[in-house]
Amino acid sequence: MSVVANPRIRIRFSKQGKVRFTSHRDVARIWERALRRVALPVAYSEGFSPRPKISYGLALPTGYASEAEYLDVELDREQAEALGLVSQGIPGNPQDGLIGRLNQVLPVGIRVQAIAPVQPGSSSLQQAVVACTWEFEVDAAGFDEVEAWVSRVLDADEIIVERERKGKQVTDDVRPLVEALEVGRGRCGASGETVRVTAVLGTRPRALRPVELLEAMLADPAAGPHPPLSARTVCRMQQWMLRESQESQEYQESQQSQESQESKEDIKITQGDARVEPLSVDAGPAALVETRV
Amino acid sequence: MSSLWPELERLLGEVQKPARYIGCEDGMILPAHHPDKAAWLLIYPDTYEVGLPNQGLQILYEILNERPDAVAERSYAPWTDLAAALRREGLPLFSLDTHRAAGDFDLLAFNLSAELVYTNLLECLDLAGVPIRTADRGPEHPLVLVGGHCSYNPEPLADFIDAAVLGDGEEAVSEISEVVAAWKAQGRTSREDVLLALAGVTGVYVPSLYTVGFRDDGILDVVRPLHPAVPELVEKRTVADLADWPYPKNQLVSLTEVVHDRLNVEVFRGCTRGCRFCQAGMITRPVRERPAEQVRTMVAEGLRRTGYDEVALTSLSTADFSGITEVLADTVSDDACGQVSVSLPSLRVDAFTVGIAAQIQRARRTGLTFAPEAGTWRMRQVINKLVREEDLYGAVESAFSQGWRRVKLYFLTGLPTETDEDTLGIIEMAEKCVEIGRRHQKGASVTISVGAFVPKPFTPFQWFGQNTEQELNRKVGLLRDAARKAKGVQLKWHDTRASVVEGLLSRGDRRMGAVIEDVWRNGGVFQEWGEHFALSLWTDAMDRHGVSFEEHVYRHRHEDEALPWDHLCAGLHKDFLWQDWRDALDEVGLEDCRWTPCYDCGACTGYGIEHVVASATPPAGGSQGTGQELGPDRVGAVPVGLSQRRPPIVEQSVEPNLLPAGAER
Repeated sequence: MSVVANPRIRIRFSKQGKVRFTSHRDVARIWERALRRVALPVAYSEGFSPRPKISYGLALPTGYASEAEYLDVELDREQAEALGLVSQGIPGNPQDGLIGRLNQVLPVGIRVQAIAPVQPGSSSLQQAVVACTWEFEVDAAGFDEVEAWVSRVLDADEIIVERERKGKQVTDDVRPLVEALEVGRGRCGASGETVRVTAVLGTRPRALRPVELLEAMLADPAAGPHPPLSARTVCRMQQWMLRESQESQEYQESQQSQESQESKEDIKITQGDARVEPLSVDAGPAALVETRV
Repeated sequence: MSSLWPELERLLGEVQKPARYIGCEDGMILPAHHPDKAAWLLIYPDTYEVGLPNQGLQILYEILNERPDAVAERSYAPWTDLAAALRREGLPLFSLDTHRAAGDFDLLAFNLSAELVYTNLLECLDLAGVPIRTADRGPEHPLVLVGGHCSYNPEPLADFIDAAVLGDGEEAVSEISEVVAAWKAQGRTSREDVLLALAGVTGVYVPSLYTVGFRDDGILDVVRPLHPAVPELVEKRTVADLADWPYPKNQLVSLTEVVHDRLNVEVFRGCTRGCRFCQAGMITRPVRERPAEQVRTMVAEGLRRTGYDEVALTSLSTADFSGITEVLADTVSDDACGQVSVSLPSLRVDAFTVGIAAQIQRARRTGLTFAPEAGTWRMRQVINKLVREEDLYGAVESAFSQGWRRVKLYFLTGLPTETDEDTLGIIEMAEKCVEIGRRHQKGASVTISVGAFVPKPFTPFQWFGQNTEQELNRKVGLLRDAARKAKGVQLKWHDTRASVVEGLLSRGDRRMGAVIEDVWRNGGVFQEWGEHFALSLWTDAMDRHGVSFEEHVYRHRHEDEALPWDHLCAGLHKDFLWQDWRDALDEVGLEDCRWTPCYDCGACTGYGIEHVVASATPPAGGSQGTGQELGPDRVGAVPVGLSQRRPPIVEQSVEPNLLPAGAER
C-alpha cells in the first residue's frame, strides 16, 4: 500500500475574556481534550508516548485576546474515511455540526469560527504567517499623545529593542516590522472614549509584540523621553500569510535577509492584495473549493 | 456583592501564571447567591496547581451547590506576587467562580492537608479582610472553618479558627449549612449563638468553647468545655457507604496544568493495613469500597466528559480493592474511552501488583514506585509495614524482567527504635534491587527517596519523640555516604528542617498559635515551598514565645500525659493505640482486620459501622504483603459487611453523543 498522507483540517478560533490568561501550552491541552471529547479521529505519533498530531500557529502571548487563532489537525485517514469525513484522501466539509460540537465542549471564551480542509503539501502555520494585525487600547494616555507617538514611530529610522535570546541580551531593530500603525478613537462602556491603535507587525525573522513596540525607546533625543505607554487590552485581529504561489520565494528572501543582517530594504513589505488569511471567518463551501485548487 | 473581575483583570497582566486566578474550569458551578442561602467559600491554602485537584474540596463543592439552602465557591492561596498587588490596590481575596470578595461569604472553609500551610491560612484571612484572631471577629465577619486531616489536631490554630470539622465532610457540611442559613435568617446577630449551634453538630469542634490548662512543669493538663451544652469528646464523622456518594460527579478540569492532571476516581476510603506511622490509615477507618460497577461507570463517564486520557484509581492502597483486576481490564479495553492510561497511586509491594502495572502501563513504561518504608525486617515489624524481602525482590524482579528500567523506592528514616543498621539497610536493599535489575537490563537503576518521619496524632507513634534535626541530618549523611559507593543507586531526601517544623505543628498545642502568627507577620508564607521556607523564621518566633523543639517535638510523651487532641476522637481507642505502640517497641506486627478477626480499635464498633468490602479475601489471595500467612481458617472469618450490589447512582449519560450514530473512535 502506498503511503498516502493523512488529511489535515485547519481550525480558526477566537480567544476572548478570562480565558485569554491561559498560555499557549494551556490552549494546546484544552484542544487535545476537546478533540477527544468530540471523538474526532486525530492521528497519533508512534512510539512510547504517542502524541496527537496537532500543530499550532504563532504563539499568542498570555493575556492577549485574539480573533484569529489557528491550529491544524492531522486526521487518521482510515478512521476519518470510515466516518465519512474524508473521501479519496481529501477531507470533505467537516463544518457540518463539528463547529457546534466543539463549541459545546470548549471553555467559554474560546470559539471556533471556521474549519476547512488543508491542501495537501501546504506549509505549516508557523512557516506561513508573515504578519499580524493587532488592536490595542492604550492606557493612561490621550489621543494627541498617542498620535504623536505613532508619527514618531513611523518617522524613526530604527527602533531598537533589547531582548533576551538563549540567555543573552541582544538588540534588534524592529522598525522594519512596523508595517502599518494607525490611531483611532474607540468607545469603552461607561468610561467613555478610549484611544485605540491598530498595528500591522511583521513576524520575520522574529515576531514583534505590541507591548515591545509600546515600551521601545525611540531614538529621538530632541523630542525628549518617550513616555512608556501601556496597553489595556491587546487583540490579534488577523494573521497574514502569502498566497501559496508567492510564499516560497518570499520565504527564501526573508531567510536571506536574516543572513545579511537586517538591512531594511531586504525585508519586503508585501502588497496587501497578495496576502490572505490562513482561513477566513466566512470560509464556507466556496472557500473550500478555492483551497483545493 | 459584585464581581471584582474588572479590577482583578488589570492585575493579572503583571503576575506569574495568571490562569491560576480565572476559574473557568470545565465543571465549574456559577451558583446563584441568595440571602437565605449559606454561602461557603472553600479555600485550599496553597497554590491553585496544588489545590485544584483536591478531591475533598471538589466533593463538598458539588454537594453544597446541590443543596437548596447553600452555595459554594472556591479560592486558593494567591502567590506572593498577586498577594502584593492585591494589597497595593486595596483588593481582597476573591472566589474563582464569580470573582466575588471572600468577605462576602458566610463561611470560609479551609482544607488542611499539610501543617506547613498554616501560615497561608492567616495570609488568606488577612487578604480577605477578616481579623485573623477569632476573638476580634464580629457578626459581620465570615465564620472560619477547617477540615481535612490536619483538623484532627487543630489546637495550633485554635486562636484563628471558629470551628474544625473532623472526618468525612459529606454529611457534616449539610448540617452546618442548616445552622448557618438559620443564623443568616435571624440577621447574623450574635456570633456566640451560631458557634454554640455549630458545636452541637456531630463532628464539629469549636475551640473557643473549650479551655486549656497546663501543669506547673508546662505540660498540657486538660482541655475542658466551657459550656454545658458542648461535648467533652468531639467525635469524627464517617460516611457508612461510599456507594451513596458518587462524587465528584463533574470533576473540575483545569484550563492550566495542575498536579494530578487526570481523572481521579476514589475506589475506596480507609485502610486497615495498620502501618503505624500512617495517620491517614488510622483516622479514615474502616475500609469502605465503592461498588466495582459504580467505579466503572464513574471512569467511563468521567473520561467521556473530561477528555482526559488518564485516570487514577485513588485510595490508600488501590491494589487491595476487591474488584481491581476486573475494573482495570474493563478500563483498558473500553474502546469508547480511547487510548487511556491508568495510574494507581500507592502500589503494594508484590508481584501481583507488578502484574497489574504491566497490564495498565502498556504504552508508558518509565518508572515504578514501591514503598517498603524501612530497610530491615525488624524495622518493618516495628512500623507494621510487613513487606518481606522476598515480596520486594519478587516485585523488583518482575518489574525489571517485564521491561521497566527504573524502580523508585520510598523510605522513612528517624523511625522509633531505628539503629544505624536499620538506616543502612535501606541502601543494602537498594543495592540488591539493582543487582536483580542488572540480571535483566544493563542500565537498571533504583532511586530511593527518603523522608524524615514526623509523628502524627491518632497514630501509635503519637507518643514518640521525633528525631532531632541533627540526628536526621546524621542519618541522611550515613545514607549519602553509603549511596555514593552503591552502583546504580540514586538517593533523594527531604529537607529535615521542614520536618521538625512539621513536627511542631502536627502535635503542638495552643501555644503554637503565637508562633504561627509571628512567622506569618514576618513574611513566612508558602512554607511548604523550598524557595520560601526559612527555619530561622520559626526558631526566632519560638524563642520569642518560649516554645522549644525539645519540649514539643523531640520529647517522648508519657502514657499518663494529656495529649492536645485528647478531647477529639478519630474513633480509635487510646488504649488500642497505646497497646499498638507497645507492640511496635516489641517488634510485633498486627494483621489487616479486613481479612482477619477484629481487634477492636474502635473505628467500627464505636460508631456501629463496619468494613464495606466486596470480598472477604484479599485480591489474588496469599499474604498480600501482610507478611503473615493468612490460612483458610483465618481469612474470611471476619464479620465484614459485604457491600450490596445495587444500581450505580451516577447518571448514565452526562452529555449527548457527539458523533453520528455508530461513529466511535
